[in-house]
Amino acid sequence: MKGKRFEKFMKGIFILSSLVSIVSIVLICVFIFKGGIPFIKEYGLKNFLFGREWKPSNSPPIYGILPMILGSFYVTIGAVLVGVPIGVMTATYMSYFSGKRIYSILKPSINLMAGIPSIVYGFFFLTVVVPIVRDVFGGTGMNFITASILLGVMILPTIIGISESALKAVPKEYYEGSIALGASHESSIIKVVIPAAKSGIMASIILGVGRAIGETMALILVAGNQARMPKGITKGFRSLTTNIVMDMSYASGTHREALIATAVVLFIFILIINGIFSIVKRRSLR
Amino acid sequence: MIKISVKNLNLYYGKFHALKDINMDINKNEITAFIGPSGCGKSSFLRTLNRMNDLVEDCKIEGEILLDDKDIIKDIIDVNILRKRVGMVFQKPNPFPMSIYDNIAYGPRTHNINKKSILDDIVEESLKKAAIWDEVKDDLKKSALRLSGGQMQRICIARALAVRPEVILLDEPTSALDPISTSKIEDLLGDLKKEFTIIMVTHNMQQATRTSDKTAFFLNGELIEFNDTETLFSIPSKKSTEDYITGRFG
Repeated sequence: MKGKRFEKFMKGIFILSSLVSIVSIVLICVFIFKGGIPFIKEYGLKNFLFGREWKPSNSPPIYGILPMILGSFYVTIGAVLVGVPIGVMTATYMSYFSGKRIYSILKPSINLMAGIPSIVYGFFFLTVVVPIVRDVFGGTGMNFITASILLGVMILPTIIGISESALKAVPKEYYEGSIALGASHESSIIKVVIPAAKSGIMASIILGVGRAIGETMALILVAGNQARMPKGITKGFRSLTTNIVMDMSYASGTHREALIATAVVLFIFILIINGIFSIVKRRSLR
Repeated sequence: MIKISVKNLNLYYGKFHALKDINMDINKNEITAFIGPSGCGKSSFLRTLNRMNDLVEDCKIEGEILLDDKDIIKDIIDVNILRKRVGMVFQKPNPFPMSIYDNIAYGPRTHNINKKSILDDIVEESLKKAAIWDEVKDDLKKSALRLSGGQMQRICIARALAVRPEVILLDEPTSALDPISTSKIEDLLGDLKKEFTIIMVTHNMQQATRTSDKTAFFLNGELIEFNDTETLFSIPSKKSTEDYITGRFG
């Protein structure tokens, strides 16, 4: 009898614990949308999303976030171009080529990469990569190129981790079937194993994209942060996330509401990405 | 005519002595069946014949395996060429997660045949030989994973045939299949032996008697008895063979 009451009690504790995450996400949604939607209504969705200028101190102020939407979009593409090939190839190497010894060094290093605070990445890039990019391409060195490499590196642990488990989950029978036909180790991996893992690899890319879009503190140090339409890969830009951080410290009134509305847009992007992720993941489980 | 001749073969997995001094001549255009209880070494032996055991760490092989008088370890240096000549079908049907056409064309493409008209011919010919052409000819673009187990196994046989091997190794090819699919595959093997040399591991003694010309009985890593299937099952010369085939153990 006493055991049963204890079980009920514990069940309650478990439910309560899981409620914490659900309640947080609901509260965040409510806060963001409540803070942002009225502004968007008042300013006009079209003016807000497609406005090409962000001039909060003009009179009247202009709050167009198209430059930041494009900034986030382009830098994410750049990050994917840098991070995905390296990440997928590293994952392939780790699952099918590296010996046990190299693996035992690589795996913890990549886990460590995921644990390094983003500001440290930013600081490293600011002091090491920015000067190199400046020497090669001129300008300040704070631009799409630097930011793309930065985010490409930062999404590596996500891409490597998930791709590696997807590659390792490919049934050994596929590999053996290919080998038994006289295919080499390399071509069996490239032509059979990697295609068989493709939905898992896609999922890793999507999660990586989500991480790249949301990254803020590292990006702010190397992006230049000019609130203007993107002008080329050797020019500075501002992303949705850095826009919020740059202005939040001093913004008030409608300016502040415009920043919360920027967060709404960011939030919706992330929701879309997570939606795609769940669909891809469901397909990969089939 | 002898296709494969095995002389004094010993195989070790680390310290474990898995095959002990095996001597065997396997004839061309015959079906040779390997029987014996689990862990007796029959699958290890089969996998030695196309050097699939190379994939196993710590595996050591001593002795000679002659394929048309060439030693597959010392003389055939390129293991991929050996595996092209000695094809394999596995216990669990393992078509690749791609279309039926691409499954069959995979082997030829691996060996640098890329011309569409040639591939088309090979695909059709292989599927016909594996007795599955009529069932799939209209869905060659369909994923091979959407077929039934028996169909998948015949796709795997067709895939093995597509590289034009000389010998086909089958590792319990019907143990995952229903009786109807099993009998289809057994009939198919009877046709295929006209063109190929077939070596099959089976748990099913009826299958060995129904399909094979020669049968080898393995026990604890040793080749106990190797003879014409009829003789081995009717007048076994060793006590342990008799015990096994009459169901006293195994």
